[in-house]
Amino acid sequence: MTWMPRHVVAKAAEIPPGSRKLVAIGERQIVILNVKGELFALSDKCPHKGGSLSLGKLTGAVTSSGPGDYAYARPGEILRCPWHGWEFDVRTGRSWCDPKRMRLMNYAVTVEPGARLVEGPYVAETFPVTVEDEYVVVET
Amino acid sequence: MMLDAPLTPTLDTDADRDTGAPAQARLRIIDGDVHPAARSMADVKQFLAPRWREHLEVYGSRRKLGMGYEPYPKSAPRACRRDAWPEGGGNPGSDLDLIRKQYLDAYGIEYGILGPLGVSGQSELNQEFSAALASATNDWQREYFTKPEPRLRSGIVVPSEHAEASVAEIERCADDPAFAQVFMLTRTSEPLGNRRYWPIYAAAERHGLPVGMHVFGSGGHPYTGTGWPSYYVEEGTGHSTSCQAAVSSLVMEGVFERFPRLKVVMIEGGFGWLPALTWRLDKVFERMRDEVPHLKKRPSEYIRQHIWVTTQPMEEPDDRRHLIDTMEWIGWDRLLFASDYPHWDFDDPFRAFPAGVPAEGKRQILAGNGRAVYRLG
Repeated sequence: MTWMPRHVVAKAAEIPPGSRKLVAIGERQIVILNVKGELFALSDKCPHKGGSLSLGKLTGAVTSSGPGDYAYARPGEILRCPWHGWEFDVRTGRSWCDPKRMRLMNYAVTVEPGARLVEGPYVAETFPVTVEDEYVVVET
Repeated sequence: MMLDAPLTPTLDTDADRDTGAPAQARLRIIDGDVHPAARSMADVKQFLAPRWREHLEVYGSRRKLGMGYEPYPKSAPRACRRDAWPEGGGNPGSDLDLIRKQYLDAYGIEYGILGPLGVSGQSELNQEFSAALASATNDWQREYFTKPEPRLRSGIVVPSEHAEASVAEIERCADDPAFAQVFMLTRTSEPLGNRRYWPIYAAAERHGLPVGMHVFGSGGHPYTGTGWPSYYVEEGTGHSTSCQAAVSSLVMEGVFERFPRLKVVMIEGGFGWLPALTWRLDKVFERMRDEVPHLKKRPSEYIRQHIWVTTQPMEEPDDRRHLIDTMEWIGWDRLLFASDYPHWDFDDPFRAFPAGVPAEGKRQILAGNGRAVYRLG
């Protein structure tokens, strides 16, 4: 298994359910979303025309088996670009309309106790970590 | 775990952006469609005479909206980019500091041409009120936008169903260099080539001002020729049909024979429709020329000489060559860049163009043509 750099980007308490945070890892802008307690980390720049997804609205997935039939599923799991409204699945980063070509980078994100982080091999960079707190860690 | 990198198209404009030089030194940009908004109607009301202020408060705006159809929110609140709301409150497009920071400075815009929409005096059913409100809108644009920010130029909003008052408004404003064009909407109560609008074209031509015709309008007609579609997605594409009706009407009525120096800019209908329309007009003209004997040239020639089209919302075909072919056919000198800031279907001047647009053509579209068409002195 290849070793992936892991970055401590925020205290877990900073991103409670229903909130989000835009973080920078080097040149990369990554939006961390907390959807009902579950964390997602996606690249922030829309691959369509560059809108910042951290300002986008979370919606559900509207589907239909045919005219007259509509279903609304997965509320809060579709992130829409604040500019042109492209829909992205927060679980995969893939867009609804062009999932192969228009997709966001999707990063593994976890919450880790500070006690474990101080042991390494984490890239905390400028982020101070204490053993008492829990932290959001993104793998790139 | 890293997935494949998103397939962001490689844009040669991205290279322009990354040179590190100040944006204005790299690419000149003149934007043909920027929408100002009032923080509230109070901003505009102060420019109305007390009689009309009271009228607005008591009776409000009465326009032919068609089945009470006032379609907001459209895809996004106030049809605006979600990142364009000022932190201090107010509507997108109402905070000059944010307009500067997020748009004019960020993209190095040389000039942005304003087009006020909504309750602005176009097509009010009470024609005197229409005239008063159009005047107030023009005064508001001047005090809130063009005076404090010389990169912004505005359109002279006219009460287009009242030609006499429209001409008076053009005469009142035309000497002020803050106004770069006369501003109309495509869905007037009659097709735009109709003689009732000719005095407006005469006044525009006399002052060397182009007439911008922006999609929308409260003339009472839906945006298709066959009624009101069910979906906003149809409205978004249907605006181009109102542009086609306007261009056909202007050509066939002989507007450009009568006003040989008139310049018309079609705004926010995209441009992919123009070649097919032109081919069709030429074809039928050659068979029925005697019905319109006042035309001395083929429709395509009038279109080539008098019509410009703004690029936004730019079509995005799967094969970008099709778009580039379309641009080439229309003419690199006939397309004007427009962003539609702060609306949600904003086109970013650095990212809207597909790769492969010739650099010189792009420079013309981004600024050269705007400099030639709009009065920017």
